[in-house]
Amino acid sequence: MTDQALIQLVDLHKYFGDLEVLKGINETIKEKEVISIIGPSGCGKSTLLRCMNLLETPTQGQVIFEGVNILDKKVDPTLHRRKMGMVFQHFNVFPHLNVLENITLAPILNKLMTKAAAEEKAIGLLERVGLGDKVYEYPRKLSGGQKQRLAIVRAMAMDPKVLLFDEPTSALDPEMVKGVLEVIKSLAITGMTTVIVTHEMGFAREVSDRVWFMYDGVIAEKGTPDDVFNHTKNPRAIEFLSQVL
Amino acid sequence: MIANIVRIWGKYWMIFLEGLWNTFWIALVAIAIGTVFGTLIALVRMSKRKGISSIAAIYIEIIRGTPMLLQFYLFWLGLPYLFPTISNLACALVALCVNSSAYVAETIRAGIQAVDPGQREAALSLGLTEANIMKKVILPQAVKNILPALGNEFVVMIKETALASVFFVGELMTAFKTVQSNTFLALEPLIIVGLIYLFITLTLSNIMKVFERRMKAND
Repeated sequence: MTDQALIQLVDLHKYFGDLEVLKGINETIKEKEVISIIGPSGCGKSTLLRCMNLLETPTQGQVIFEGVNILDKKVDPTLHRRKMGMVFQHFNVFPHLNVLENITLAPILNKLMTKAAAEEKAIGLLERVGLGDKVYEYPRKLSGGQKQRLAIVRAMAMDPKVLLFDEPTSALDPEMVKGVLEVIKSLAITGMTTVIVTHEMGFAREVSDRVWFMYDGVIAEKGTPDDVFNHTKNPRAIEFLSQVL
Repeated sequence: MIANIVRIWGKYWMIFLEGLWNTFWIALVAIAIGTVFGTLIALVRMSKRKGISSIAAIYIEIIRGTPMLLQFYLFWLGLPYLFPTISNLACALVALCVNSSAYVAETIRAGIQAVDPGQREAALSLGLTEANIMKKVILPQAVKNILPALGNEFVVMIKETALASVFFVGELMTAFKTVQSNTFLALEPLIIVGLIYLFITLTLSNIMKVFERRMKAND
């Protein structure tokens, strides 16, 4: 962890119609930091994550990424999204492209790399996550765990500054969870800035630098894993943890 | 009667086959041009700007909310004001193209909207531009939804061309009318024409079934 701020969330509010889902979030994510967001379903944790790369547009507030408020009308969010990888609960791999094309599509279209360089990098990454023998397969032939590892590699191929994970193991069969978590963990310990919305408490406790517990649109408790899991005084957090641990 | 049918087919088969050919190419041209304009209309319809989108919506509602026969008459009566020498066939073709463009636009829109929204989100998160998202991620997947529906639209169009016989444009129903006035027999040539329609629509639907099965196998 360094002290350089990568993402700052300033007074972030989000409404869906009349429903206030985020009720004023003020937080800073530092470079190389690993943050787990936990909390009961419907508390706004996925919405908060999706506000960081503007898949949801916050109703009010600022998202400052590398010193730039990306909500500013003059800023093109596309350019900033290229530096923020995202991994989804339902993988969202491209079914009409093979594994290699899934990964190289964006780097080539965004003119970040030549085709040859993108493919070389993709194959290297695939080998790292144990998909070295699936380069030319189509996603329909992959298991859920393999699809999610492909999705992680696809995000990594853009050389992002931060990886955002939205419940990456919630749609997986139990026996697939471990492999995917190991890949995420291996990225996190090599210094990739990571924000992960998760229900895997063991993972959050083991890998995070900080844990945010969200409840009803606010971050109700935060701190080191030890602070949140062992010493919280917040009644909502105590109740939640007693149910999931 | 069967003897009559055989006799009429023996004598007038050229007229029927010419009618079949005309029906086929008129429907094909209508679908082809309708697909080009239908795609454009669908893109306009899906525009985020309400004003632009509602223009396409109004167009689609007008075309789909009025009878095909009325649209034939509309262009048959209206177009000669702009082009005094325009033929009946050209008027009928324009009407069919306009009609199919509206139906195809809705087909294409439905096909695009049936693509999982997660695909668009994944593409956005990778920093693709809107144009690239459409071209490289959404449309290649939407085509699988759209093509079978377009095939159905072609079959519908083959049957719709029959209405154009009101203006004697030379398709199958016109062939029926020609043979009827030559032989003073109505039911027999009608049965022949009916069988030809059945032959062509059944053939097309079977081709489409094979095609769809192939596409599914590739999924």
